[in-house]
Amino acid sequence: MSIKDKIIVIIAEQGLLDVTDVKLEATLDDLGIDSLGVVESIFAIEEEFDIEVPFNANAPEKSDFDISSVGSIVVAVEKLVAEQI
Amino acid sequence: MNRVVITGAGTVNALGGNVQQTLEAMREGCSGISPLEFRDVDRLSVKIGGQVRGFDGARHFNSQKIALYDRFTQFTLVAAREAMEQSGLIFSGELAETAGVVLGTAAGGINTWDDNFRSVYEDGKNRVHPLVVPKLMNSAATSHVSMEFNLQGPSLTVSTACASSNHAIGLAFQMVRSGMTRAMIAGGSESMLTFGGIKAWEGLRVMSKSACRPFSANRSGMVQGEGAGVFVLETYVDAKVRGADILAEIVGFSMTSDASHIVMPSKHGAARAMRGALLDAKMDVTDVGYINAHGTGTSANDKTECAAVVDVFGAHSDKLMISSTKSMHGHLIGGTGAVELLACVMALRDGVIAPTIGHEIADPDCALDVVPNIARNAKVKGVVSNAFAFGGMNAVLALKGV
Repeated sequence: MSIKDKIIVIIAEQGLLDVTDVKLEATLDDLGIDSLGVVESIFAIEEEFDIEVPFNANAPEKSDFDISSVGSIVVAVEKLVAEQI
Repeated sequence: MNRVVITGAGTVNALGGNVQQTLEAMREGCSGISPLEFRDVDRLSVKIGGQVRGFDGARHFNSQKIALYDRFTQFTLVAAREAMEQSGLIFSGELAETAGVVLGTAAGGINTWDDNFRSVYEDGKNRVHPLVVPKLMNSAATSHVSMEFNLQGPSLTVSTACASSNHAIGLAFQMVRSGMTRAMIAGGSESMLTFGGIKAWEGLRVMSKSACRPFSANRSGMVQGEGAGVFVLETYVDAKVRGADILAEIVGFSMTSDASHIVMPSKHGAARAMRGALLDAKMDVTDVGYINAHGTGTSANDKTECAAVVDVFGAHSDKLMISSTKSMHGHLIGGTGAVELLACVMALRDGVIAPTIGHEIADPDCALDVVPNIARNAKVKGVVSNAFAFGGMNAVLALKGV
């Protein structure tokens, strides 16, 4: 499974959605994921890829990790995974 | 209905080992936040806190006693001794039979949990010390205070996360006011600066790695502290008859529940609690000169709290001062309201308003007089102390000078 597909599975699980309903352009808010869901999703991503995600819930927009859409999360995780190798 | 006054105060926290040191540090705008020191701290991503330094339990308790006292209980007893000494009150006879103690804590003996989990899980030991249970229970500190000072009346521990101490003080206030008892000890304590304690908080991603900057636009989250604050509450009449030094009068208390979210605060719940405390105190909004904010330094709290203040105080919100002393001692979780009450007493008694330190950039969503960085001399008639906990449990106290 690609990084993108794995992230979609994580987000679908968090939003209680079918993976086919998780589009790359969607925001987490669109998918009904609130602030707690965001923190849980990031935890699941860290566990799945064994990475540290720089994310502060106080100022998500100022974090180095872009969570503005599913697609931006995929890009950010791909970058973190690449940096790790 | 009895008038209820505070005649003794005691504390241990990152700013000092007693009330005098703590108030001096608040006046000077000192920070008690520094790099954490405990086992495995290198495995944490959050490495700062308001840790109590140089506290040696052996200086205060004999070896037999200390085997029973978790760090949160030790802080409580040291603070309670200071408060009792100041008040000069002695619990004996009928007073002892009706007086009690109400204390707040969120995590109780978490140091004891942490140490013993390590021992059985990590070190593979199959035996723990026989007194682990009475040492770790959340009500241990309350029990030991009752034993040390002969308090045989209503005694209990309150656990409402970050509002625990305010709930505890408020309940004790109501007991004395109603005539159920003539005196109570009240306050709270916390000692969650352990590997397990901080690791759990890290997960929420609301902790700052640099500093606690309440109401500052560049805030980066909360910083945890530890310690205790303990007060002696008694009727105004008794205090007068005894010739006791009255530190302040507690005049109102209100509790509300947001009934909405397990971590996000609600403006309405906070506003209802502040309004309720003023109503209970028969105070007008213009009577309030200072609010000791919950002010955690998270954007969720700070923006919601300021909006709630504007809601309740209207035009007067531009005239009052509001500061968060968590910027100095950190967030003592279940013990925080008790240590923060000291800033309220200082405002009423000494006319000194403790500052919000670490304030660098004004936040338009917190456009109130947050007493940035430098303490201020000001005469205030009434003060309000806010505590808004995770899970929406709100507890607000109102006090006046005597």
